[in-house]
Amino acid sequence: MMTPAKPATGRRAYVNAAIVAPGQGLSGIGGLLVEDGWILAAGAKVSRASAGSGTSIIDCTGLTLMPGLIDMRVFTGEPGTEYRETLATASEAAAAGGVTTMIVMPNTQPIVDDAAIVDYILRRARDTALVRVAPMAAITRGLAGEMMTEIGTLKEAGAVAITDGIKAVANANLFRRALIYARDFDMLVVQHVEESSLSSGVMNSSEIAGRLGLAGIPAMAEVIMLERDLRLVELTGARYHASQISCALSLDVMRAAKAKGLPVTCGVSVHHLTLNHNDIGAYRTFFKLSPPLRSEEDRRALVEGVTDGAIDVIVSGHDPQSADTKRLPFAEAAFGAVGLETMFSAALSLFHSTDISLARLVDAMSSAPAKILGLEQGRLEAGAPADFALADLNLNWKVEDRALRSRSKNSPFEHRTLEGRVVETVVAGKSVYTYAR
Amino acid sequence: MTAPSRTPILSAQHLLAIGDLSHAEILSLLDLAGKYVEVSRQIDKRHAMLQGRTQVNLFFEASTRTQSSFEIAGKRLGADVMNMAVSTSALSKGETVLDTAMTINAMHPDFLVVRHPSSGAVELLAQKVSCSVINAGDGQHEHPTQALLDALTIRRRKKRIEGLTVAICGDVLHSRVARSNIHLLNKLGAEVRVVAPSTLLPTGIGNFGVSIFRTMAEGLAGADVVMMLRLQLERMSGAFVPSAREYYRFFGLNAEKLRYAKPDALVMHPGPMNRGIEIDSDVADGAQSVIREQVEMGVAVRMAVLDALARNIPKGGNA
Repeated sequence: MMTPAKPATGRRAYVNAAIVAPGQGLSGIGGLLVEDGWILAAGAKVSRASAGSGTSIIDCTGLTLMPGLIDMRVFTGEPGTEYRETLATASEAAAAGGVTTMIVMPNTQPIVDDAAIVDYILRRARDTALVRVAPMAAITRGLAGEMMTEIGTLKEAGAVAITDGIKAVANANLFRRALIYARDFDMLVVQHVEESSLSSGVMNSSEIAGRLGLAGIPAMAEVIMLERDLRLVELTGARYHASQISCALSLDVMRAAKAKGLPVTCGVSVHHLTLNHNDIGAYRTFFKLSPPLRSEEDRRALVEGVTDGAIDVIVSGHDPQSADTKRLPFAEAAFGAVGLETMFSAALSLFHSTDISLARLVDAMSSAPAKILGLEQGRLEAGAPADFALADLNLNWKVEDRALRSRSKNSPFEHRTLEGRVVETVVAGKSVYTYAR
Repeated sequence: MTAPSRTPILSAQHLLAIGDLSHAEILSLLDLAGKYVEVSRQIDKRHAMLQGRTQVNLFFEASTRTQSSFEIAGKRLGADVMNMAVSTSALSKGETVLDTAMTINAMHPDFLVVRHPSSGAVELLAQKVSCSVINAGDGQHEHPTQALLDALTIRRRKKRIEGLTVAICGDVLHSRVARSNIHLLNKLGAEVRVVAPSTLLPTGIGNFGVSIFRTMAEGLAGADVVMMLRLQLERMSGAFVPSAREYYRFFGLNAEKLRYAKPDALVMHPGPMNRGIEIDSDVADGAQSVIREQVEMGVAVRMAVLDALARNIPKGGNA
């Protein structure tokens, strides 16, 4: 993990904020005392009165103070396709969205399947990125699904987990061995759960797909791979995380596995919590995602899964695609949507609709991923890194492609007004983003 | 035709999908097409209606009959017609559908007749050009002029469409012809059936306004029209159906199976036919077949569509 900026010096107290730090059981009005990039104290006890002389006071009345968000699924184009996104431009988008740690995927050119590439990303992040960056490395060399990567060496180099990113390891025997081997290094194995032979389509298998004349991807493609994987986890005892689930059936499978006590977790993208396959309308490619957006019933089930903890984390699934790969007929267009900058605001819509509590949303985007990945961030307490964000929960803003900081503009929320946003983001005690009102 | 009536027929600038047409618009188009059938049967078939207009047939997918049908339709109305075949290999060199469309649009055509192998591609293109776009088939989505010509053929033979039972047989899953026909025949009040093995039916077909049959005996029973669909070669070798001969055995239309339908049932096929696979020659060329008439109606319908869309072009041309 690289800390990009030199820690800011000088003691500062952020006071009169509405604190939301579910991992520490903090809520209600309070403050945060920081110095040299670390948190000295957090909670109701931190106030203007309690801050000693020589402490600069930042009054946060009306704002919510939460741990910096940790986004477990971010694609950039660095190295290889920097025209889509660099670590620097992604980090600007992250900062504007309150994301203080980006977990980047190995699907770059070259692929992150070698310690040297892990090292390259960490150094580039240190030199250019505004927020913390930690890479996941590949499970198989070249993402070819044939041979394991040097999992131990990759972990030593700084990879926080292994995943083949946009595809599942299809070979069950190889995946079983990867799980066994990863367990010896206590390396988290992250899978894109999709049975590839059932996934040649371009949107959710549904009546709408039938009407549009588009090939479908059935929910079963996900469930089959998830069930297979969980059997292998049962066999091997490795730590396993399903990077995104998208349908109600997968929730049942996850709940059963957790009830058995298996070391398994899963995520969902904020897009799958807030959109459904009807949004595709007349072939709108910004809604072409992998896994595909599914039905409203599935979306509702996923929201419930976040509430009851069957789903552990919420990710942006940030996947920058240029106009060349999106302004195409639907079947030919690339999958993916940008999301770093809109993840928090989109998730807030579920708080405003009273579907998910604010504490649970913040937990799913900070403390939960920190716990799964073994990171020291994601909490507001003495001794933790001073990574946090201030948000105005009721500030309306319109998502306009030109204003988005990502180098690619493929946002499904384009032209929509969202309620609430991050107004200040702090990484290692240093402010990396301030909303210009 | 002297001083033809120029009353607007269509509300839209483009013809992209049957769903965009109202019941009244469909009937007006069919009426107009009926007149063009007579025009096409005259010795002098030429009209000056589209004189000075430019029609570009932009085909991203090979087609003989649809392209020539549009070409003849345009020429009979006096338009300057240009055919452009864009091989998909040219596209893989980097130029996108939109690049190609914008290039042609810059030459100020009045009509772009577009066929593309991807569903939705014609609609995408229509958003970016200023001329009138006619969908000549997009992927597995729609082929509206085919449905119109089928309706015209049926209406001329049966004098009505409402209340008729139409059985659409074969590869509905991959067929834009089937989708357009299902929408149009439903709008005109026909009872639509699909007859196919389940592997060749799209998800959610039950909500398309059709009844579903898995055998020709049941599906054709009492039908007024039997509409056969083409089965692509690559889909009959195990991926969707086990073999061509098994397909023929259960779903190929021969004289014996045709007897399940009404004695005066029409036999239709959008072409090109796989004789001996989805349809037998004696049926295709038999007394009940209107397959060649469909081709004739195709020209008339496309003349009507071009005429109708031309009425919507502003005096100064599309901006």
